[in-house]
Parts: sequence; structure tokens; C-alpha cells
Amino acid sequence: MTNTSTLARGGGQSATPRRPDSHRPARASGLPTWSVPYVLLIPGLLVIGALLLYPLFQVGIIAFQKVGLVQISGKKPATWVGWDNFTRIFDNEIFWSSLRNTLVFAVVTVSLTLIVGTAVGVLLNKLGRKMSTFVVVGIMFAWAVPPVAQGIIWKWLFDAEAGVINWALNLLPDWLSSLLFGRTDWTGQPWLNDAWSIYMVLIICVVWASFPFVAVSVLAGLKGIPAELYEAARVDGSSAWRTFRKITFPLLKPVFAVLTVLSIIWDFKVFAQLYVLMGGPSNREAFNLSIYSYAEAFRPPPKMGSGAAIALVLTAILLVVTAVYVRQLIKQEEM
Amino acid sequence: MTPLARKRLGKITLNAAGLLVFLIAIFPVYWMASTSFKANDQIFTTDFIPFPTHFTFEHVDRVLSEGVAGHSIWLYMRNSAIVAVGTVLIGAVFSLLAATAVARFRFKGRNTFLILLLIVQMIPSEALLIPLFLSVKRLGLYDQLAGLIVVNVGLTLPFGIWMLRTFVAAVPKSLEEAAWIDGAGRMTTFWKVLFPLVAPGLVATSIFSFITAWNELIFALVLMSGSEGYTMPVAMQYFFGQKGTDWGAIMASSTMMTIPVVVFFLLVQRRMVSGLVAGAVKG
Repeated sequence: MTNTSTLARGGGQSATPRRPDSHRPARASGLPTWSVPYVLLIPGLLVIGALLLYPLFQVGIIAFQKVGLVQISGKKPATWVGWDNFTRIFDNEIFWSSLRNTLVFAVVTVSLTLIVGTAVGVLLNKLGRKMSTFVVVGIMFAWAVPPVAQGIIWKWLFDAEAGVINWALNLLPDWLSSLLFGRTDWTGQPWLNDAWSIYMVLIICVVWASFPFVAVSVLAGLKGIPAELYEAARVDGSSAWRTFRKITFPLLKPVFAVLTVLSIIWDFKVFAQLYVLMGGPSNREAFNLSIYSYAEAFRPPPKMGSGAAIALVLTAILLVVTAVYVRQLIKQEEM
Repeated sequence: MTPLARKRLGKITLNAAGLLVFLIAIFPVYWMASTSFKANDQIFTTDFIPFPTHFTFEHVDRVLSEGVAGHSIWLYMRNSAIVAVGTVLIGAVFSLLAATAVARFRFKGRNTFLILLLIVQMIPSEALLIPLFLSVKRLGLYDQLAGLIVVNVGLTLPFGIWMLRTFVAAVPKSLEEAAWIDGAGRMTTFWKVLFPLVAPGLVATSIFSFITAWNELIFALVLMSGSEGYTMPVAMQYFFGQKGTDWGAIMASSTMMTIPVVVFFLLVQRRMVSGLVAGAVKG
């Protein structure tokens, strides 16, 4: 019979002395105890195997095959082409510009996100309770916006004719505007035509949407640092920057490690925002590896082989970059 | 300056900085929402119009009746909801089982499984796109929401298990032991003790899965061919194909797409803060 009254009384406070684990009941499910965790894992393992690991294996195969329209429809088997897909993409300058765009974007965006996020996190920790909650709710909105809507919003803000950004730039005093940018009238400035300005908008968009997560995580980490440490630092006359470097940063290192990995993973393969900002895979100079792989594989004529080869390159880079951090994470994590 | 005055000035500066962060974060979202209620002459202008002075529902009406790509926005909202809810229901069961296994049992291969969970989260979905597209096509799930649900379960499960595991581990074992001592079986203990305490964590995990599936663009783009099957992120792309971008309609639709996510976000936030089972085992 079930009796949960101990729980209602506040759990673990049973008058009965605690007995060792060997008294665990093995009945009810009829399974031997050792097999229970394995049975529980079956559905999860099946999903991970069938939907993640097997496709990863397959993409490694497809990268060495020619898979076009005929092969997709199943009229012909895929033909083995060796390294052809790779040599073809390595000869293509779009691949190199995509690679450059991917790397530069990731480095800039990850750094900016972490810097802005940490600064806001530290600020939130200094604010009063009410103000802090107020700001957290506000930044939550930026964080919550779906990636496609993020792209749409910033596309609208940077619109050439009716965009708020051009309006704001027009507000600058003429002398300042011409000193800084060499122009005074911004109406009609097409921000989303050139690769460099698409990426500028993309960086702003992605940093705007991802700094809240960093800020809230840093805030949670800061709340866990005992106030005495700061007290001691203040008594010793430590400067704010020194306190951050000597107390806050070392104690938050595990948090920063996780945040860095996550940001790298997210920013390396940014797709939706870029897709929206450039209006579909049209501007080849502005491709990153994700969009390039997608465009090769799914825009007519479909070249699944090259698409797979590009995806494989992206995966390899991502795994190498994150491997270091994953190892650290595994070490730190008390599993 | 007296120390008190300096302190007060510091406080004002901090609050001003906080307010600035708040405004920067919220303005783009506000701009999206306010544009969807502005009349066209207030949208297509080089002036800055902070509030819609002629508040109008015309754009909302238009996306609900005419919509885009031949269907009302409702259809796409419904498709997105079906995919997201389907993903959550399957994912919740699977992740609860797996999370219980890793958080409550010590077994051979446990660490391997946890490392596997971490590693598969590093796999970019772009790498899975091509093989999954070919498989879905072969299995006859192409152009079907079911196919999209299956794929989304795969994309969300590793993180779901990873996250839920900490919630299960946070439930003190002594509670279950107390139930065992009182003679409860394994199933009863699970349903009457563990499940109610993990439920908030399960809700939080499910919300994350829901949001991921709701926002997912690439697979929806590739696995659906007919516009009846489009989810919101895909349907949104069709606004830009039309002649002269209809920003009022776009903003109305993207506001509708954003609202559920924002609501869920604010819900999870409170749950995270409230601190789960804090105090359940205080003596």
C-alpha cells in the first residue's frame, strides 16, 4: 500500500530509522533490478541512434557519393565518387568565403555576446530587487523572440526607406555624421545588399537575442558567490576591476566555460536569422557554411553529395572547437 | 561630495544603466508589435512614429483572412502547434524515463551515455538535414507533419534528458526511501513521490522542447512541400516573395508567432526562480 504521509509531514523525518538500500523493493515491475536503468534508456537510445548517430554516419557516406535528382527519386543508386565532392567545393571560392564568414561571425558574436552578457549580469547583481526583476523581464523578451522573427524585426529596423535605424542616423548632427561616415543623408541606405553590412546587422541581431541568456546565467552564478568574499576584498581596498578578476571571474569560470561552448555551438551554425536577412539563399557572397550546404543540397539542381561534404566540414570544425570545452565540462560535471 | 551623495549618485547611474538595457532589449519587440497595429501611412514613412495613433486591426484581419502562400495564418499556427505539442508529448515521456535512469541508478555504461548526450548536442542539425531528408522521403513521411514531429523529437531529446536529469537528481533520495520503508512499490514510488516533485522540471524541459520545435526552420523548409503543411517559420518567408513588402502583415504575423514563446518564457522564468523542491526535505 502507498503511504505518502511521511512526505506530507516534511519527508525523511520518519520515526523509523533509515534502512540500507538493499531493502529496495524489486517487485511491481517484475524486472531484475540491474536491468531497470537499461530498460528506461531504450526509447532514448533508439531516438538518439536512429535520428542523430545513424544520420551522422550516413552524411559521412553521402559526402563521397553523387546524389542528384535521379538518385533521390530512387531510380538509380547513388554512385561512389571518392573525394570529388570535397575537391569541387575546395575549388569553389564560395566555400572559402562561406568558411570565412562562418568563422569571423562566430568569433565576433561569441565575444560580444559574452562581454555584453557578463556586463549586464554584473549590473543586474548590483541593482535593487525590483529594478533587477524589471530588467530581467525586459531582456527576457529579446531572448524569447523566435529566430525567424528576430531576423524579420532587424530587417525592418534596418529597412532602407522606412527603417528606424536610418531615421536615427539622420538625427545625428550633420558635422558629426559627415566626420564619422562622410555622409549626412541616410534615407535609402540599403543595409541588406552587401555581405559586410548583412553580417553587421546579423551580429547586432544575434547579440541582441543571446546576451540575455548569458546575463541571467552570470547573475545566477553571482548570487552563489558568498558576500563575505566581496566584503573582504572591500576591506582590503581592492578596486572593482581587480575584484572582478580575482574573485568573480575565477569562481564563475565553470559558468563561463558552459556559456562559451553553447554560444559557439549556436553561433557557428546560425541559419534562420541569416536566411531571413538576406531573403533566402540568394546572395552567395553572404553565405555561411550552413546556408551553403543547404543551398547546394536543396536548390535545383540538388547536389546532396556536395551539401553533405560541406556539412561534414562544418561538423568537424564544430567538434574540434568544442572538444576542449566538452572535456573540461565532463571533468567538472559531477555525473 | 559627501559619501552619501556619492552613493546616491552611484545608485542613480546604475538604475539608469538598467533602464537603458531594458529599453534596448525591448524596443525591437515593441516596434514589431506596434507596427502591426499602425495604418500603412504610418508604417511607410521616414518619420519616427512611436505609437500607432490610428490604431488598426487591418493587418491582423488580413493575415487571418487572406494570409500568405494561399492560406490563413491560422493554418500555419495550427501546424506549428501540432508539431510542437507532438514533439513535447513524445519527448516528455522518453526524457523522463532516460533522466530517471541516469539520475537514480548507477549502472555500467552510465558515464558513456552522459558523454554521448553531450556529444550529440554538438552535432549541427545541418549535418543531419540531408540524410534525414532522404530517410523521411523513403519512409513515406515526406510532406507530413508526423515526419517533422519525429525529427524534432530527435533534435530536442538529448538536451531534454540532460536538463531533466538535474531536476530528478534534485529530488532527495530520502523521500523515495521513506516511501519504500512505508511499503510502496517501485511504480508507486515513481508516480506518487518522484513524479509530482519532478513535474515542474518536466514542464520547464517541455517548454524548452516546445520552443525549439515551434521555432525550427530548416527541417520544416525541407520536409514540407505543399503550403498546407507549412509551419509558421516557413510561411513567414513567403511574405518577402510578394511584390512590395507588406510590413504591416509581416509584423502582425510575426507578433502572433512570438506571443506563445514569450508567454512560455515568462512562465519558465518564474519556475526556475521559485526553486523547485527547495525545503521539501528540511528537518
